Amino acid sequence: MHLTSYLQDGTLTVALSGEIDHHCAKNYIQSIASKIEAYSPKLCILDFQDVSFMDSSGIAVVINTLRSMTRLDGHLELSGLNAQPMKVFRTSGIDKLVKIKEEIK
Amino acid sequence: MKFDNYMTLEFPSKSTNEGFARSAVACFAAQMDPTLEELGDIRTAVSEAVTNCIVHAYPGQLGTITIRCRILKNNTLDIVIKDKGIGIENLEKARTPMFTTGGADRSGMGFTIMESFMSSFSVKSKPGKGTTVHMRRVLQRRK
Repeated sequence: MHLTSYLQDGTLTVALSGEIDHHCAKNYIQSIASKIEAYSPKLCILDFQDVSFMDSSGIAVVINTLRSMTRLDGHLELSGLNAQPMKVFRTSGIDKLVKIKEEIK
Repeated sequence: MKFDNYMTLEFPSKSTNEGFARSAVACFAAQMDPTLEELGDIRTAVSEAVTNCIVHAYPGQLGTITIRCRILKNNTLDIVIKDKGIGIENLEKARTPMFTTGGADRSGMGFTIMESFMSSFSVKSKPGKGTTVHMRRVLQRRK
């Protein structure tokens, strides 16, 4: 698991990378939740640009992040989605719950 | 059923093997000249099936997961993923989208993804004996 993040003007951007599966999902969920708790952002952007593969564990990462942001009355956006993660999100209907800012074709 | 090629993999239900399993199946499928999308779909479906074995078939213990892949004559990849774990009591419920007994870090979308990413999908399970997932993907012939 590798994760970088930065906070600017109340927006927390978290860049995920590599392959997201059950093996690393729990660490991602806990790590993102503690960052949201520490910074109380108005908007959280999960950047998937460097995510080369994701299974349904990525859906759990997004749902848990959405819960944390909803508790703060904040918003969640996803960006930089490659085709494979995008297909997993579409199949799950997450694209109807969360704003997808930018999709890589 | 006639086949062109086959392989069998056997490994313990450690979560570090999720990446190994999907990559190994993708490497085997590469000889069929799949598109990137087809390869992504196969990797995703295998990852879901293997994760189910690790999380649900052998909770809190290690067991053996077996994957058998065959390349069938009509450009079809045939995948069987088998465990000898605790089995599934209620298959219909387990296949319901968003239903999970796996806790907050699971989404309950595993079977739904396997079904929609593959050309055919079936699952058989006996409580106390184990679960077998059988999937096929017909690959497009490139012109």
